[in-house]
Amino acid sequence: MERVPVLKIGEILLVSIQIDMEDQVALQLQEDLAERIVATGVRGVIIDISALDIVDSFVGRTLATIASVSRVLDAETVVVGMRPAVAITLVELGLSLPGIRTALNVDLGIAMLARQDEDIDLLGDEDDTDQVAEPTP
Amino acid sequence: MNDDVQRLPVVTDQDVVRVRQLVRTVAVAVKLSLVDQTKLVTAASELARNTLVYGGGGEAEVSRVHNDRRAGIRIVFADQGPGIADLDLALTDGYTTGGGLGLGLSGARRLVDEFEIDTEPGKGTTITVVKWCR
Ligand SMILES: Nc1ncnc2c1ncn2[C@@H]1O[C@H](COP(=O)(O)OP(=O)(O)O)[C@@H](O)[C@H]1O
Ligand SMILES: [Mg+2]
Repeated sequence: MERVPVLKIGEILLVSIQIDMEDQVALQLQEDLAERIVATGVRGVIIDISALDIVDSFVGRTLATIASVSRVLDAETVVVGMRPAVAITLVELGLSLPGIRTALNVDLGIAMLARQDEDIDLLGDEDDTDQVAEPTP
Repeated sequence: MNDDVQRLPVVTDQDVVRVRQLVRTVAVAVKLSLVDQTKLVTAASELARNTLVYGGGGEAEVSRVHNDRRAGIRIVFADQGPGIADLDLALTDGYTTGGGLGLGLSGARRLVDEFEIDTEPGKGTTITVVKWCR
């Protein structure tokens, strides 16, 4: 079975889905990501689906589950690069992907994660000196 | 009238991927628009998965069809599984007996031009869909 690679880039995990996934491959990705979020402690996940020519209800549900699971693990997921024809089809299929944040491309996805997590230098060096967050008054 | 009939087994996860790929290839050959290709391949993916998961496996048959005005694609999904006892219910958005999203049947119906179900409890299910070029 093929596996979708999960890359750590700076303080985010980047998943770029380049294959037409069998259902089992999608479920494996869901598991792999949860493990990598815990292992790395990242606060952001970007899933690039620009290579996917369709998203059906199974992949849609998998993306939604990934987003919920990562949120529980204190990481935010952004799905990026959805093709226009895929968006039109998803809506007609009846899947509006509630709870999933989207951005047009990887750069905008990173910017979105950075905004919601401004105290973390998402793409900074891993050996950055620790910043102690000031307690909010 | 029809020609170019291609049959694929639908018995594994990988077969579902093959059905998507075949439908995409034929949709391009028939010159469906990009959005219509995407809709048809998505509908085929939903129905092929149902054939596998609920029908216990079966077959997909993809053909190019035409009438006097237009070309199109017809796909027939057939299984000899348990059948669908309450079709209206099965076609309701959100109804699932398998922990899915319940959007496969109802969504696929919206994504194609023609949609026909022939099902009988204990005998199996055959679903025929057609998408025409605009
Ligand atoms: N080929 C089939 N054979 C038997 N039952 C089916 C078949 N296809 C669909 N069903 C029934 O219809 C329900 C709705 O299907 P669908 O809309 O695809 O939703 P889901 O796949 O998420 O359950 C299924 O849960 C199942 O009970
Ligand atoms: Mg289904």
